[in-house]
Amino acid sequence: MAVSGMARHGQVLSCSVTGLAVVLVTLAVATLVGVAVRRRDGVPREVGGDVELLTSDDLDASLGERATLVQFSSAFCQPCRATRRILSEVTEMVPGVAHVEIDAESRLDLVRSLNIMRTPTVLILDASGRVVKRASGQPRKADVIGALGLAVDG
Amino acid sequence: MHVDPRALRFSAAVTTVVLAAVLVTGSAWLLGAQAAVFALGLFGASPYGMIFKGIVKSPPAELEEASPSRFAQGVGLFCALLGLVGYVTQITPLALGATAAALFAAFLNAAFGFCLGCEMFLIIRRLLPAAS
Repeated sequence: MAVSGMARHGQVLSCSVTGLAVVLVTLAVATLVGVAVRRRDGVPREVGGDVELLTSDDLDASLGERATLVQFSSAFCQPCRATRRILSEVTEMVPGVAHVEIDAESRLDLVRSLNIMRTPTVLILDASGRVVKRASGQPRKADVIGALGLAVDG
Repeated sequence: MHVDPRALRFSAAVTTVVLAAVLVTGSAWLLGAQAAVFALGLFGASPYGMIFKGIVKSPPAELEEASPSRFAQGVGLFCALLGLVGYVTQITPLALGATAAALFAAFLNAAFGFCLGCEMFLIIRRLLPAAS
Protein backbone atom coordinates (compact mmCIF):
# COMPACT_ATOMS: atom_id res chain seq x y z
CA MET A 1 0.00 0.00 0.00
CA ALA A 2 2.63 2.43 1.10
CA VAL A 3 4.80 1.57 -1.89
CA SER A 4 1.98 2.05 -4.39
CA GLY A 5 1.05 5.27 -2.61
CA MET A 6 4.59 6.48 -2.99
CA ALA A 7 4.74 5.43 -6.63
CA ARG A 8 1.54 7.31 -7.26
CA HIS A 9 2.88 10.32 -5.44
CA GLY A 10 6.02 10.12 -7.60
CA GLN A 11 3.91 9.93 -10.75
CA VAL A 12 1.85 12.97 -9.80
CA LEU A 13 5.01 14.83 -8.89
CA SER A 14 6.71 14.05 -12.22
CA CYS A 15 3.52 15.13 -14.03
CA SER A 16 3.49 18.47 -12.25
CA VAL A 17 7.23 18.96 -12.84
CA THR A 18 6.72 18.38 -16.58
CA GLY A 19 3.70 20.69 -16.52
CA LEU A 20 5.65 23.38 -14.70
CA ALA A 21 8.49 23.06 -17.24
CA VAL A 22 5.97 23.43 -20.10
CA VAL A 23 4.53 26.55 -18.41
CA LEU A 24 7.95 28.14 -17.96
CA VAL A 25 9.15 27.37 -21.50
CA THR A 26 5.85 28.60 -23.00
CA LEU A 27 5.97 31.88 -21.06
CA ALA A 28 9.65 32.42 -21.94
CA VAL A 29 9.06 31.85 -25.66
CA ALA A 30 5.90 33.99 -25.59
CA THR A 31 7.86 36.82 -23.95
CA LEU A 32 10.50 36.70 -26.69
CA VAL A 33 7.80 36.63 -29.38
CA GLY A 34 5.92 39.47 -27.70
CA VAL A 35 9.02 41.68 -27.53
CA ALA A 36 9.87 40.91 -31.18
CA VAL A 37 6.30 41.65 -32.31
CA ARG A 38 6.23 44.91 -30.38
CA ARG A 39 9.54 45.99 -31.91
CA ARG A 40 8.62 45.10 -35.51
CA ASP A 41 4.91 45.86 -35.45
CA GLY A 42 3.89 48.46 -37.98
CA VAL A 43 7.43 49.42 -38.98
CA PRO A 44 7.62 49.95 -42.76
CA ARG A 45 10.31 47.71 -44.20
CA GLU A 46 12.06 47.49 -47.52
CA VAL A 47 10.53 44.86 -49.76
CA GLY A 48 13.13 42.28 -50.69
CA GLY A 49 13.02 39.93 -53.66
CA ASP A 50 11.14 40.52 -56.88
CA VAL A 51 9.64 43.89 -57.62
CA GLU A 52 5.90 43.77 -57.06
CA LEU A 53 3.75 46.01 -59.16
CA LEU A 54 0.08 46.65 -58.46
CA THR A 55 -2.21 48.18 -61.06
CA SER A 56 -5.52 49.95 -60.53
CA ASP A 57 -7.17 46.79 -61.89
CA ASP A 58 -5.52 44.72 -59.13
CA LEU A 59 -6.76 47.16 -56.51
CA ASP A 60 -10.19 47.90 -58.02
CA ALA A 61 -9.37 51.55 -57.33
CA SER A 62 -7.26 54.21 -58.98
CA LEU A 63 -3.69 54.75 -57.86
CA GLY A 64 -2.70 57.98 -56.13
CA GLU A 65 -0.99 60.58 -58.27
CA ARG A 66 2.22 60.37 -56.27
CA ALA A 67 1.81 57.35 -54.00
CA THR A 68 -0.79 54.87 -52.76
CA LEU A 69 -1.27 53.34 -49.30
CA VAL A 70 -2.85 49.91 -49.67
CA GLN A 71 -4.30 48.55 -46.42
CA PHE A 72 -5.32 44.90 -46.06
CA SER A 73 -7.95 44.47 -43.35
CA SER A 74 -10.13 41.67 -42.05
CA ALA A 75 -13.29 41.23 -40.04
CA PHE A 76 -11.47 40.01 -36.91
CA CYS A 77 -8.76 42.65 -36.74
CA GLN A 78 -8.52 44.96 -33.76
CA PRO A 79 -5.87 47.44 -35.03
CA CYS A 80 -7.44 47.81 -38.51
CA ARG A 81 -9.75 50.63 -37.46
CA ALA A 82 -6.94 52.71 -35.94
CA THR A 83 -4.78 52.00 -38.99
CA ARG A 84 -7.58 53.25 -41.27
CA ARG A 85 -7.78 56.46 -39.23
CA ILE A 86 -4.00 57.00 -39.35
CA LEU A 87 -3.78 56.43 -43.10
CA SER A 88 -6.74 58.72 -43.78
CA GLU A 89 -5.03 61.45 -41.77
CA VAL A 90 -1.87 60.95 -43.82
CA THR A 91 -3.72 61.19 -47.14
CA GLU A 92 -5.36 64.41 -45.96
CA MET A 93 -1.95 65.85 -45.04
CA VAL A 94 0.05 64.75 -48.07
CA PRO A 95 -1.46 65.70 -51.44
CA GLY A 96 -1.45 63.17 -54.27
CA VAL A 97 -1.57 60.17 -51.94
CA ALA A 98 -4.48 57.72 -52.09
CA HIS A 99 -5.62 55.26 -49.41
CA VAL A 100 -7.09 51.99 -50.65
CA GLU A 101 -8.49 49.48 -48.14
CA ILE A 102 -8.91 45.87 -49.21
CA ASP A 103 -10.83 43.17 -47.35
CA ALA A 104 -8.26 40.36 -47.23
CA GLU A 105 -10.92 37.66 -47.15
CA SER A 106 -12.51 38.80 -50.41
CA ARG A 107 -9.13 39.14 -52.16
CA LEU A 108 -7.31 35.96 -51.17
CA ASP A 109 -5.69 35.95 -54.64
CA LEU A 110 -3.82 39.16 -53.77
CA VAL A 111 -3.19 37.98 -50.19
CA ARG A 112 -1.50 34.86 -51.51
CA SER A 113 0.46 36.47 -54.34
CA LEU A 114 1.75 39.23 -52.01
CA ASN A 115 2.26 36.70 -49.19
CA ILE A 116 0.25 38.69 -46.65
CA MET A 117 0.10 36.85 -43.34
CA ARG A 118 -1.42 39.44 -41.02
CA THR A 119 -3.95 42.22 -40.90
CA PRO A 120 -3.43 45.07 -41.03
CA THR A 121 -0.68 44.97 -43.61
CA VAL A 122 0.06 48.29 -45.31
CA LEU A 123 1.81 48.44 -48.68
CA ILE A 124 3.32 51.72 -49.79
CA LEU A 125 3.27 52.08 -53.56
CA ASP A 126 5.03 54.72 -55.63
CA ALA A 127 3.29 56.56 -58.47
CA SER A 128 3.79 53.63 -60.87
CA GLY A 129 2.29 51.11 -58.41
CA ARG A 130 5.59 49.54 -57.41
CA VAL A 131 5.55 48.21 -53.81
CA VAL A 132 8.26 50.25 -52.12
CA LYS A 133 7.70 49.30 -48.48
CA ARG A 134 5.38 47.20 -46.39
CA ALA A 135 4.39 47.26 -42.76
CA SER A 136 2.53 44.52 -40.90
CA GLY A 137 0.67 45.59 -37.80
CA GLN A 138 -0.58 49.05 -36.91
CA PRO A 139 1.91 51.62 -38.26
CA ARG A 140 2.80 54.92 -36.62
CA LYS A 141 1.85 58.04 -38.54
CA ALA A 142 5.40 59.42 -38.60
CA ASP A 143 6.73 56.14 -40.00
CA VAL A 144 4.15 56.18 -42.81
CA ILE A 145 5.02 59.77 -43.67
CA GLY A 146 8.73 58.87 -43.64
CA ALA A 147 8.18 55.88 -45.90
CA LEU A 148 6.03 58.02 -48.20
CA GLY A 149 8.92 60.43 -48.59
CA LEU A 150 10.77 57.49 -50.06
CA ALA A 151 7.87 56.51 -52.32
CA VAL A 152 7.37 60.05 -53.56
CA ASP A 153 11.06 60.89 -54.11
CA GLY A 154 12.45 57.51 -55.03
CA MET B 1 -21.13 45.43 -30.37
CA HIS B 2 -18.31 47.01 -28.35
CA VAL B 3 -16.30 45.96 -25.31
CA ASP B 4 -14.00 47.49 -22.73
CA PRO B 5 -10.41 46.61 -23.78
CA ARG B 6 -9.34 46.55 -20.11
CA ALA B 7 -11.86 43.75 -19.47
CA LEU B 8 -10.31 41.78 -22.35
CA ARG B 9 -6.79 42.19 -20.93
CA PHE B 10 -8.02 41.20 -17.46
CA SER B 11 -9.75 38.13 -18.90
CA ALA B 12 -6.56 37.16 -20.75
CA ALA B 13 -4.57 37.48 -17.51
CA VAL B 14 -6.99 35.25 -15.57
CA THR B 15 -6.99 32.78 -18.48
CA THR B 16 -3.16 32.72 -18.35
CA VAL B 17 -3.19 31.85 -14.63
CA VAL B 18 -5.89 29.18 -15.07
CA LEU B 19 -4.12 27.51 -18.01
CA ALA B 20 -0.78 27.54 -16.16
CA ALA B 21 -2.57 25.87 -13.20
CA VAL B 22 -4.03 23.26 -15.59
CA LEU B 23 -0.54 22.39 -16.84
CA VAL B 24 0.95 22.16 -13.35
CA THR B 25 -1.91 20.17 -11.76
CA GLY B 26 -2.86 18.17 -14.86
CA SER B 27 -6.50 18.75 -13.93
CA ALA B 28 -8.86 17.96 -16.81
CA TRP B 29 -11.72 19.44 -14.75
CA LEU B 30 -10.02 22.81 -14.57
CA LEU B 31 -9.36 22.75 -18.31
CA GLY B 32 -13.00 21.79 -18.84
CA ALA B 33 -14.05 24.83 -16.80
CA GLN B 34 -11.74 27.07 -18.88
CA ALA B 35 -13.22 25.56 -22.07
CA ALA B 36 -16.67 26.54 -20.78
CA VAL B 37 -15.37 30.09 -20.14
CA PHE B 38 -14.04 30.23 -23.72
CA ALA B 39 -17.41 29.02 -25.02
CA LEU B 40 -19.23 31.75 -23.05
CA GLY B 41 -16.68 34.30 -24.32
CA LEU B 42 -17.44 33.22 -27.86
CA PHE B 43 -20.99 34.46 -27.24
CA GLY B 44 -19.79 37.66 -25.58
CA ALA B 45 -20.59 36.50 -22.04
CA SER B 46 -17.14 35.85 -20.55
CA PRO B 47 -17.42 35.30 -16.77
CA TYR B 48 -13.96 36.88 -16.31
CA GLY B 49 -15.17 40.00 -18.12
CA MET B 50 -18.17 40.10 -15.78
CA ILE B 51 -15.88 39.88 -12.74
CA PHE B 52 -13.91 42.85 -14.12
CA LYS B 53 -17.13 44.80 -14.62
CA GLY B 54 -18.09 44.00 -11.04
CA ILE B 55 -14.79 45.34 -9.67
CA VAL B 56 -13.98 48.28 -11.95
CA LYS B 57 -16.67 50.89 -12.30
CA SER B 58 -14.77 53.63 -14.13
CA PRO B 59 -15.59 53.96 -17.83
CA PRO B 60 -12.93 52.97 -20.39
CA ALA B 61 -11.10 55.66 -22.38
CA GLU B 62 -11.99 53.88 -25.58
CA LEU B 63 -14.15 50.94 -26.62
CA GLU B 64 -13.13 48.16 -28.97
CA GLU B 65 -15.00 46.04 -31.50
CA ALA B 66 -16.14 42.81 -29.86
CA SER B 67 -15.84 40.52 -32.89
CA PRO B 68 -12.02 40.00 -32.95
CA SER B 69 -11.83 38.95 -29.29
CA ARG B 70 -14.85 36.69 -29.71
CA PHE B 71 -13.17 34.98 -32.64
CA ALA B 72 -10.04 34.55 -30.52
CA GLN B 73 -12.15 32.95 -27.75
CA GLY B 74 -13.27 30.45 -30.38
CA VAL B 75 -9.63 29.65 -31.20
CA GLY B 76 -9.01 29.26 -27.45
CA LEU B 77 -12.00 26.92 -27.17
CA PHE B 78 -10.62 24.78 -29.99
CA CYS B 79 -7.22 24.47 -28.22
CA ALA B 80 -8.87 23.76 -24.85
CA LEU B 81 -11.05 21.00 -26.34
CA LEU B 82 -8.02 19.41 -28.01
CA GLY B 83 -6.17 19.58 -24.69
CA LEU B 84 -9.16 18.06 -22.92
CA VAL B 85 -9.16 15.13 -25.35
CA GLY B 86 -5.43 14.76 -24.61
CA TYR B 87 -5.92 14.70 -20.83
CA VAL B 88 -8.93 12.36 -20.93
CA THR B 89 -7.28 9.88 -23.34
CA GLN B 90 -3.90 10.38 -21.61
CA ILE B 91 -2.16 11.35 -24.84
CA THR B 92 0.28 13.57 -22.94
CA PRO B 93 1.85 15.44 -25.88
CA LEU B 94 -1.62 16.48 -27.13
CA ALA B 95 -2.72 17.49 -23.62
CA LEU B 96 0.40 19.57 -22.95
CA GLY B 97 0.79 20.92 -26.51
CA ALA B 98 -2.78 22.15 -26.97
CA THR B 99 -2.97 23.65 -23.46
CA ALA B 100 0.43 25.31 -23.95
CA ALA B 101 -0.77 26.80 -27.27
CA ALA B 102 -3.76 28.38 -25.48
CA LEU B 103 -1.47 29.58 -22.66
CA PHE B 104 0.92 31.09 -25.23
CA ALA B 105 -1.89 33.10 -26.86
CA ALA B 106 -3.47 34.16 -23.55
CA PHE B 107 -0.13 35.39 -22.19
CA LEU B 108 0.66 37.37 -25.38
CA ASN B 109 -2.72 39.04 -25.04
CA ALA B 110 -2.37 39.75 -21.32
CA ALA B 111 1.24 40.96 -21.35
CA PHE B 112 1.53 42.61 -24.78
CA GLY B 113 -2.03 43.27 -25.91
CA PHE B 114 -1.30 41.15 -28.97
CA CYS B 115 -4.23 38.99 -30.07
CA LEU B 116 -2.73 35.85 -31.60
CA GLY B 117 -6.15 34.24 -31.93
CA CYS B 118 -7.28 37.17 -34.10
CA GLU B 119 -4.23 36.70 -36.33
CA MET B 120 -5.26 33.09 -36.90
CA PHE B 121 -8.27 34.24 -38.94
CA LEU B 122 -6.31 35.16 -42.08
CA ILE B 123 -3.94 32.20 -41.67
CA ILE B 124 -6.90 29.82 -41.50
CA ARG B 125 -8.62 31.49 -44.46
CA ARG B 126 -5.41 31.22 -46.48
CA LEU B 127 -5.17 27.51 -45.68
CA LEU B 128 -8.71 26.80 -46.84
CA PRO B 129 -8.40 26.69 -50.63
CA ALA B 130 -11.92 25.34 -51.14
CA ALA B 131 -13.58 28.34 -49.56
CA SER B 132 -11.73 30.97 -51.58
